[in-house]
Amino acid sequence: MIKLFKVKEKQRELAENASGGAPVKKQSAGELRLHKDISELNLPKSCTIQFPNGKDDLMNFEVTIRPDDGYYLGGIFLFSFQVSPIYPHEAPKVKCKTKVYHPNIDLEGNVCLNILREDWKPVLNINTVIYGLYHLFTEPNYEDPLNHDAAAMLRENPKLFESNVRRAMAGGYVGQTFFPRCI
Amino acid sequence: MAESAATQPSRSRDLDKLLLRPGNLVGPRFEPSAQLRDDVQNHARVLVVGAGGLGCELLKDLALSGFHNLDVIDMDRIEVTNLNRQFLFRVEDVGKPKAEVAAKRVMERISGVNIVPHFCRIEDKDIDFYNDFMIIALGLDSVEARSYINNVACSFLEYDSDDNPLEETIKPMVDGGTEGFKGHARVILPGVTPCFECTIWLFPPQVKFPLCTLAETPRTAAHCIEYAHLIKWNEAHGGTAFDPDNPQHMKWVYDEAAKRAELFGIPGVTYSFTQGVVKNIIPAIASTNAIISAACTLETLKIATECSKTMSNYLTYNGSEGLHTKVAEFERDKDCLVCGPGVLIEVDTSVTLQKFMNLLEEHPKLQLTKASITHRGKNLYMQAPPVLEEMTRSNLCLPLFELMGKLSKDVIHVNGMTNKNNQKVSCLRKLRVTFKGVDGVTDMDTAGGA
Ligand SMILES: [Zn+2]
Repeated sequence: MIKLFKVKEKQRELAENASGGAPVKKQSAGELRLHKDISELNLPKSCTIQFPNGKDDLMNFEVTIRPDDGYYLGGIFLFSFQVSPIYPHEAPKVKCKTKVYHPNIDLEGNVCLNILREDWKPVLNINTVIYGLYHLFTEPNYEDPLNHDAAAMLRENPKLFESNVRRAMAGGYVGQTFFPRCI
Repeated sequence: MAESAATQPSRSRDLDKLLLRPGNLVGPRFEPSAQLRDDVQNHARVLVVGAGGLGCELLKDLALSGFHNLDVIDMDRIEVTNLNRQFLFRVEDVGKPKAEVAAKRVMERISGVNIVPHFCRIEDKDIDFYNDFMIIALGLDSVEARSYINNVACSFLEYDSDDNPLEETIKPMVDGGTEGFKGHARVILPGVTPCFECTIWLFPPQVKFPLCTLAETPRTAAHCIEYAHLIKWNEAHGGTAFDPDNPQHMKWVYDEAAKRAELFGIPGVTYSFTQGVVKNIIPAIASTNAIISAACTLETLKIATECSKTMSNYLTYNGSEGLHTKVAEFERDKDCLVCGPGVLIEVDTSVTLQKFMNLLEEHPKLQLTKASITHRGKNLYMQAPPVLEEMTRSNLCLPLFELMGKLSKDVIHVNGMTNKNNQKVSCLRKLRVTFKGVDGVTDMDTAGGA
């Protein structure tokens, strides 16, 4: 190996990249796998995807969900996705950018969705995650509470929960918390 | 210090036994000689990535094994909690860059050794920096950093037209890792032995607790720490991102975690445990580092000198109950996107992207339909989603040669659908595209492969 290396060093001194094709760092395996996920996306009509940094940055994107059923019908909810270079070894990081009165989403935008954390598997993909988020709006559940008050309300008084959701989405207070309009 | 040469045996006495004498287990090109020993000193440049527990050991071991031209790269500063095992550091070094102090200490102790420290992130160096080293030794604790260096080392690799790796483009890596009483040492010869990406499944995914458990029903010290780290931090700090390398941030998380643990009557939250949970690190054991580093250094010496065949190719060590160690031979993933040869495809410079996609459909090895194509981070064409299809559609009528920056040859990645056992399956492929008659490079390649 050393001999080879010595020869190589000498060659490099002489050539100084004569051929021009200097090596360039390749895309990470994570970027390539994400490229596959994105090019195979098959989203329901209620979900759209945007790339704020243009067509060549797939690692940071946004998803807009407009639930067509359930308590959140008519609302517009924005999520940001951040994907790591070792994706899918690690799940994408997802935050809800729209302040929402929801049992499984807290006021900071943290989302309690099992496949984003404890149940993430490399065979899952971006499509699965977006479907998972969509289902949080059609089927919010009080068993995985992240917003304690909203979860308690859904469990104990679904009627009042529904009117709270409508009030929050229209822009207004639920208890002490103000929610900007998102309809 | 200077004892007379007569009473002081040569410092390289033990090394000489390996490098000056013939043997039965040596590599095919091994030629025992004093020249070889001198070449290790003068020409074998080795980069040590990481100056933590393993990195300190590696620097010391390599220097004592006759490697006199070393570089070390690490972005961290020394913390008090490092001192028990990162033996090159002293209390008065706390706060100083690890790479700089480690280099200085080893040079002070071992004469003739030159170590260049780099106090920066591995991503801050351009790729040519890494190409200057004969061997890269990794003493890291994260999957991300390993994956990054692996990607860099594999990007130097080239194949001939028969898909055999060109030996002079192989950048060997020796990777060590420890977790408590367990560790591994492995030899990665890109194109020959599995690269890090071929076997990324060897690394267990990080344990992630459900956020609702953290928020509602914490049961362990780790739950309290992750609550402070993942939920409470954002509540309190809004825009400021948590930085695990900022001791003030870490202290804040520790304080919050301790409060929460008290509230729920949970024992076990300490500052160093907080660091461990947040950075996903299992406490390091000095002896494990020493054993793994010794194995890595021996492999580095074997690669450089061929005084023995290298380990093939993955050693595991477990010292938690008794001692168990063995070497397993993992296999390469032939379709690995990082180290694999990919499919060689030669086209005319006039071929448009659309025409190229048609060629992929007809190509006997590929039969790839609905292609989406990416080159050096630029998406040339995307089948979906509609917003990206629209943005890339105009590329279809442009020559691929121009879209790829008029390079005579380069790698692109393509995904789409292909047939497997009469079923349509999605696939992701690496392609080595060469353009006919550009710069005579294709002719040269053929000669090299013959
Ligand atoms: Zn590989």
